[in-house]
Parts: sequence; C-alpha cells; structure tokens
Amino acid sequence: MVSSIKETKQDKIFLAFVYLILTVALVIVAYPLIYILSASISNPTLVAAGEMWLLPKDVTFEGYRRVFQDSSIWNGYLNTIIYTVVGTLVNLIVTLPAAYALSRRDFVGRNLFMILFLVTMFFGGGLVPTYLVVRSLGLVDTMWALILPGATSVWNLIVCRTFFQSSIPKELQEAAEIDGCSNFRLYFRIILPLSTALIAVMALFFGVGHWNNYFSAMIYLNHQEKYPLQLVLRQILVLQQMSAESGTIGASMATSLNSKAEVAALVKYAVIIVATLPIIAVYPFLQRYFVQGVMIGSVKG
Amino acid sequence: MMHEGAKAVMNPPDAPTKRKSKKLFKKIVRNWQLYIFMAPALLTVIIFNYVPMYGIQIAFKNYVPALGMAASKWVGFDHFTRFFESYYFWDLIWNTLSISLYGLIVGFPLPILLALAFNEIRNGPFKKTVQTVTYAPHFISMVVMAGMIITFLTPSSGMIVNLLELIGITPPSFLTDPRWFKTVYVLSDVWQATGWGTIIYLAALTAVDPGLHEAAILDGASRMQRIRHINFPVIVPTITILLILNMGGLLGVGYEKILLLQNPLNMESSDVIATSVYRTGLLEAQYSYSTAVGLFNSVVNAVLLIVVNQVVRKTSENSLW
Repeated sequence: MVSSIKETKQDKIFLAFVYLILTVALVIVAYPLIYILSASISNPTLVAAGEMWLLPKDVTFEGYRRVFQDSSIWNGYLNTIIYTVVGTLVNLIVTLPAAYALSRRDFVGRNLFMILFLVTMFFGGGLVPTYLVVRSLGLVDTMWALILPGATSVWNLIVCRTFFQSSIPKELQEAAEIDGCSNFRLYFRIILPLSTALIAVMALFFGVGHWNNYFSAMIYLNHQEKYPLQLVLRQILVLQQMSAESGTIGASMATSLNSKAEVAALVKYAVIIVATLPIIAVYPFLQRYFVQGVMIGSVKG
Repeated sequence: MMHEGAKAVMNPPDAPTKRKSKKLFKKIVRNWQLYIFMAPALLTVIIFNYVPMYGIQIAFKNYVPALGMAASKWVGFDHFTRFFESYYFWDLIWNTLSISLYGLIVGFPLPILLALAFNEIRNGPFKKTVQTVTYAPHFISMVVMAGMIITFLTPSSGMIVNLLELIGITPPSFLTDPRWFKTVYVLSDVWQATGWGTIIYLAALTAVDPGLHEAAILDGASRMQRIRHINFPVIVPTITILLILNMGGLLGVGYEKILLLQNPLNMESSDVIATSVYRTGLLEAQYSYSTAVGLFNSVVNAVLLIVVNQVVRKTSENSLW
C-alpha cells in the first residue's frame, strides 16, 4: 500500500493491531496442520494423553509403516490417480473448445448456448433424477459415472470464455481468417499455445476437484476395488473401520503401543498426511496460478 | 450481449432481410467447426443436466422402475403433502436454515476483514506466509476435514478436548451432543474457507486508486478512515453479489460434510433437506418422494435468489441481473 511519510501514533497502533490479527489467523490455521504432522510420527499414547503439543515426541514411523502396508490405501491411491488424470483430461477437452467457441462474437447462436449453460447453474434435476439417468446409461460402478456428469463445469466455462475474450487479441483471429486458416488450426496452433496459464489453472481446479471428490464415488461405485482414496479414507477416518490388524507390531513398539485404539489414531494422522501431501506439496508452487484463476473469474463476475 | 440479435430484428424488413439471412447462413457454414467445439459440452450438459430435469416428473408420479417413467401413475402433489405433513418437516427446515444462517453470519464477514487486513501490510515474507498458510485448508478434502474434526474432538484424546481440559474447561461431547453440531460445522467451515475467501476481495481491492490514498493522507486521514472511506466502498459491489448468491443458497448447505459428520446421536440437529433427500432417495430407494423433496428445495432456492436479488436491486445498483 501507499507508504505515508509520517505515521501518526494512532496509525502505528492500528497497524500493530492488524499484524496481531494476522498473526492470530496464522496460528489458528497453522497449528492443527502442524499438530497432525507431529502426531503422525509421535508415540500415540503421549498424543492421546495430551502430552504432545507441538513437536513430535518419542518419534515412531509405525503409523506410516501400516499405511504403506495397507493394500486398500494403495489401491485407492492408484484409482484416484487414474480418475483424476482421465477426469481432468475430459474436463479440459470438453470445456476449453466450448469456451473458445462461446468467446467468438461471430459464432451464431452463442447467446442461446450460453443461456442453456447458465440455467444449469441455478436449477437442476436433483440427486435422484440424475442418478437415474446415470444408471440408465449403464455407467453405475464405472469410473465414467464420476467423470461424465461433471464434464462441463459451467463456472469454469465462463472463466475460460472471459479469458479468451480479454486476453487473446482479436486481430490475431482476423489475420488468421484472412490467411484462410481454419478454426481448428487457429485453435490448436494459435489460441491454445497462448493460453498455457489458463490451461494450468483449469487443470489444477479440475484436478483438485477430482482428487478430493468422495460423494459421487460413494453413490455410484459398488465395489471396494474401484474405490478412490477418499472413500477408503472415509472408511478409516469417519466410519472408523481400521484394517489395523495388518502387519505385526514391531518389537520395540510392542511395549509402548498398548491399545488398538491408539494404533488406529496413529494411523489416522498418518493417513491424513499421506492423502493430503500431494496437493499440499505442490500447492505453494502453484499458488500464483490458483489465485490468478479466481481473479480471471472475478473480472466479469 | 443481445445487441446483435436485436439489431438484426430491427433492420428494415424489405430487401435486406433475404440478404441478411443468407449472410447469417454463410456465417454458420463458415464457422461450422465451432459447432463441433460446442458439441461435447452441449451433449454432456443436455444428458446430465437437462434430461434429469425431465425426470423431475417422477416427483408427481409413483415411479416404479420396472414400469419406467412414462408408464408410472400420476399422483399429483401427494409426495409433497406427505413431506409437508411429516413430523420431521419443520426440523429439516429449521436445521437447514439455521445452519446456513449461522454460517453466513459468522463466516461471511471474516474474509472481508482478513482481506482488508492483508491489504494494509507491505508485501513481504510475512504477508506471503500468512496468505499461503491460510489458503491451504481450502485444498483439504471434505473427508479429511471430517476426519480431522472427529479426531480432534474425540473425548479424552482429541487435541481440542485436551486443550480445553488444560485451561480448566470440561469439554462437552462435541460429536454426539446435538446442541454442538451446528457450531462444530460452522466453525470448521470458517477455519477451512476464510483464507481462500479473501482472494476475491483482494482482487477487487487492486482496483483502488492509489491517488485517493495519497490525497487522503495529505488531508490527515488516519488508516482507519482510509479503509472505511476508500477501500471499503470499492469492495461493496463484490460483497453485495456474494451476499445475494449466499442468500440464494440458504437451503443448499454443504451436505457432503454434514453427511460425514452425521451420527444417530446428533441427527436431530444435523439432518438437513439435502441429507434427507440422499437417505430417502438413494439408500431407501423412495425415488419419487425424494425427488419431490429435492424439487421443493431447489424451487425455494430459486425463489430466494430472485427475491433477494429484487430487494437488492431496489436498494442499490449492484445486483446479479
């Protein structure tokens, strides 16, 4: 912000207050995250007794060992990676070209198409009718049930259209047209290469959405071996069904791990870290893009 | 947006109409590839958004899967009256509304305050750290979030429970006491969403003219006054739009998280319309009844959105349409 030449005493107090608020916010958000990280490698007895407050105590990697031994977690991980990659690709293939077409002023019918899309933002068939459609198409218990119904995200479509309208010079398109360049060529050779930032943002938004999705997997998938990570997590974290019996307790741990509940708690902390790490690890590097994406969208509400 | 079409209509209708429609036809033919670009998006939206809207008719029928939609018998508003007369109707309405309103009252102002605070301090490592950390919970999945809540609030071993005991407070049974459900739900939402919620306001704040601040400083305005009279007015349109959208969604609380935190003991305060639609519709397979309840919900939402938008349009120049 503008730095003033002379700060009055009142302003200094006010600014100190602002810093105080931000510090409090920082601590409130960061503390639970650090706590989980520390708890995932601490002796669970100490954690449960409330003796571990910030830094890990009596370090053990037993929780992670069990998580990595659990085949359902691995399987879920693998499924999630497949669903996320395929789902994100489908999202991009469906959303980007449509957004580009809608950004073209000479595209006859764009207003009608736009209205068709916008209506779905405010009104829908609801849970059961959608489920019945997915079922009648024979998609239940396949990964397409998680991918196709949300293939077009109207919100992201609008963001992309705004981007194409505001960031790609119209002259480029006119010049291409005069040179007899087809719309396909124009799109693949000129528009897409100019939109890498947008593609990155969209891939990230869609990707995070698929990675974190549990609800459609819960209603559409019937077989355990098809479950994505989030559903496996739901069993462990929410329904508290822990396959903690997997593997034998290490000799050194046998004495300190006295109850099954504590092992289960340890596994929970570890599994939270394992499931969230891929996103939390890349996020600071991509933060710029995430923020950009929200800003592109907010330019024209 | 509608200008092109309007102009075409208003053109003198004698000679040029024919040429006009020919030109239009030519335009369509020349851009035929753009229609191929549209096709996949249009197709998925029609199949997965519009066909289900057609399926809403089962709310007025006694849908029997074996008979199919068309052959099932019409029953008019039977399912709706059954819902309105059910003993849990008012509980559902109350829970849905109170959770939404509670969340709105607590959660809506915080991102605004935080964004204004971010805007006051210099760009630097401190600001960057606070932003990075407070945005992060946005990326935590619903399931992990529910897992964290349950783990932290588990009696006698959870972090928050231990913390309360440390300062001499006897912790209530957060997870099973119905009186605590809404607070747990709302506060965990605040923890997760406040940081991310600042971004849209920070984007709006970039539009503030620095010259105004310079002039105000020369006139001896304090920081507080400058926030109040320069920064705040700039984000008022954004605030209004978000408020309208939130009011329109009052009956659309985030059921995905509620579903995860729900248990038989807290049901009386945690059951909302959407979770009841899920339970009756997909778990109990009462397709028609559940569709009726869902339809009631989305109609009320649409009406709320329109009403709030009208009220706002009457009182200020910022509205959705």
